[in-house]
Amino acid sequence: MGKAAGKKKRGKDFATPYTLGAAVKKGDFATKLSFVICGAGNIIYRQFIKGFLFLAIEIAYIWFMIKSGFYNLSMLPSLGWLEQEEIWNESKGIYEYVAGHNSVLILLYGVLTIFITFMFILVWKSAVKSAYKAQCLTKEGKHVNSFMDDVKDLFNGNLQNLLMSVPLAGIISFTVLPLIFMISMAFTSYSKLDNHLVLFDWVGLDNFKKVLSFKDAIGQQFWSVLGWTLIWAIFATGLNYILGMILAIVINRKGTRFKGFWRFCFILSIAVPQFVTLLIMRTMLNQEGAVNVLLKSIGLIDESLPFFTDATWARVTVIVINLWVGIPYTLIQATGILQNIPAELYESARVDGANAFVTFFKITLPYMMFVMTPYLITQFTGNVNNFNVIYLLSAGAPTPVGNSAGKTDLLVTWLYKLTVDQQYFNLGAVIGIMTFIVLAIVALVTYRNTASYKDEEGFQ
Amino acid sequence: MREKHGSAKTRRFISNTVVHIVLAVLAFIWLFPIFWVIMTSFRAEPGSYVTSFFPKGYTLGNYQKLFTDTTVLNFPRMFMNTLIIAIFSCIISSFMVLSVSYCMSRLRFKFRKPFMNIAMILTLFPGFMSMIAVYYILKAIGLSEGAMIRVALVMVYSGGTGLGFYVAKGFFDTIPKALDEAAFLDGATKFQVFTRITMPLSKPIIVYTVLTSFMAPWTDFIFAKVICRAESQYFTVAIGLWRMLEREYINSWYTSFAAGAVLISIPIAIVFLATQKFYADGMSGAVKG
Repeated sequence: MGKAAGKKKRGKDFATPYTLGAAVKKGDFATKLSFVICGAGNIIYRQFIKGFLFLAIEIAYIWFMIKSGFYNLSMLPSLGWLEQEEIWNESKGIYEYVAGHNSVLILLYGVLTIFITFMFILVWKSAVKSAYKAQCLTKEGKHVNSFMDDVKDLFNGNLQNLLMSVPLAGIISFTVLPLIFMISMAFTSYSKLDNHLVLFDWVGLDNFKKVLSFKDAIGQQFWSVLGWTLIWAIFATGLNYILGMILAIVINRKGTRFKGFWRFCFILSIAVPQFVTLLIMRTMLNQEGAVNVLLKSIGLIDESLPFFTDATWARVTVIVINLWVGIPYTLIQATGILQNIPAELYESARVDGANAFVTFFKITLPYMMFVMTPYLITQFTGNVNNFNVIYLLSAGAPTPVGNSAGKTDLLVTWLYKLTVDQQYFNLGAVIGIMTFIVLAIVALVTYRNTASYKDEEGFQ
Repeated sequence: MREKHGSAKTRRFISNTVVHIVLAVLAFIWLFPIFWVIMTSFRAEPGSYVTSFFPKGYTLGNYQKLFTDTTVLNFPRMFMNTLIIAIFSCIISSFMVLSVSYCMSRLRFKFRKPFMNIAMILTLFPGFMSMIAVYYILKAIGLSEGAMIRVALVMVYSGGTGLGFYVAKGFFDTIPKALDEAAFLDGATKFQVFTRITMPLSKPIIVYTVLTSFMAPWTDFIFAKVICRAESQYFTVAIGLWRMLEREYINSWYTSFAAGAVLISIPIAIVFLATQKFYADGMSGAVKG
């Protein structure tokens, strides 16, 4: 009930009388004209620049649709059928290639067209609303914003529009669009299987059935990789957080001297790019690497330790090395937050006679949890998707004969192998989606229940 | 009474000693691989196979080779490529992250909650799941050939960074709102509050954001590999170093790989040294002052 009330309140907070529905019902001729010609209403009510901008967008959209949009959409259901052909050219005496359809491009352009159309609908909606707003304000004799007023407003009331537009455009073109494209690939036969690398078809849910079944070889690998991915993520995140926080508190405690020096020692390991240290560690831990050779020469072991050749050894090794990589990051985060805790809180606690133990559990820990929960969740998802550590260290090894996934492969590294190395793009896409589903469940449950999400203003 | 005081003192002394010894051991573990890389970079005998802990001979030849032997792997060029890409993507993505975080933390608008939910959903997808699609999109807008590869890499590294606002938002949330309100009373616009009040108080998080975004191009090699493909002119350092450890190069290039690793770590380490005090100073002092 509280949630519903909250929603209602939020809706009310941003309620505006200038909605699409109101524009349909109460709009005058100028507003109605805006339904067909974007910006007409604005131009009639003397918002020339704004009006012409809307109009220009509409013209650009129509031009795009005629030029290629409608064709792109018409090709989407079939994904193309024309194969590339060799045709003997008599006059030149050579074989000439006639370009066939390329299903990947058809899919991409189709997705793009749908997306552009969607964006245009949003522009169209705001054009209609804006025209209706101009109509209402003119009728009431109020001031209608000039273009300069709108620009000025961007720095104050509508600051979010100014600050968010570029990041949003980046997110849409480099994250959202590619994702939609890849997700749609999961429903096609785009793989080297049966030579479907140039021309492929929609196959519905077949790929999902294959990956999720317990009988199929791919399915069995999927479940074991999923299990290891979760174990890895829990250990990697939990140990990094706990140990990193303990380290931060130990360095930050009163008795510790040379605080800056200790922090520097740990932070220095971040200064060296991750892949460098990972590659170095890989060569050090190889069968014939430095560690094994040196241990042998001292006489501690007779045979090389199987760091990356035995499944259990490999799993422990990657988790331990990930601690080396990850603890300094937690240290930085936790140190910043520890120093951020208002000193007054501690002082008043001391006045009340609280000991170190109580202050830790009543002040330090809650404060840390409040600020660091989002960090923890991003760490968890980051670890599930931790490509670098696994790929550069063990590359998924050891890999059982005949399998495409190794014993330390995470879903992401397996995805990489399936797509880039083996060209099963459709299965790769399915695994990507499954990764997402797993993470979504975990994140929704934890994130929704944390204090920093429920009560954003809690510590302000 | 005095005795009791004395025993508390000894106890404190013992616990302090233990703490310092543990810290020293841990610091050794953390510094050892770095020490190892530096030592390897000066090692005279080539190859990745070692028989003794300390090198048998020392040389500067590994560094020389990086800059003179440019026929197969042109290291100076890779370094410049990466530096240019890192500078541009650092500027763009710091701007994106900080502005989105500020909007999420301080401004209240209709699209805010939906955006936060969408952002959370998007970050749950594996980062390079979209890699192939990104490549096709870059190809479609003509950024996949020649010198445009650099532009493409800048866009790839900075494009979606607006989604990574959680940490900075969490930081902005801890800055007292009373400061903003006082400024509004004085007639400041929201933009002025953002640039003149929030930003100066947020040095630690700005440093954090700048550093993480500057480092992305140095450490990523998957995107770089997919986008550069075989065009070795535009390789970044990461691909170059990765290549040196491939089977056909490792014997002649392993020690130079270590040398290269040392070289690219130096600028990043300097940035760290210069900015470390921001972490140490922390925020509480800044707000009070």
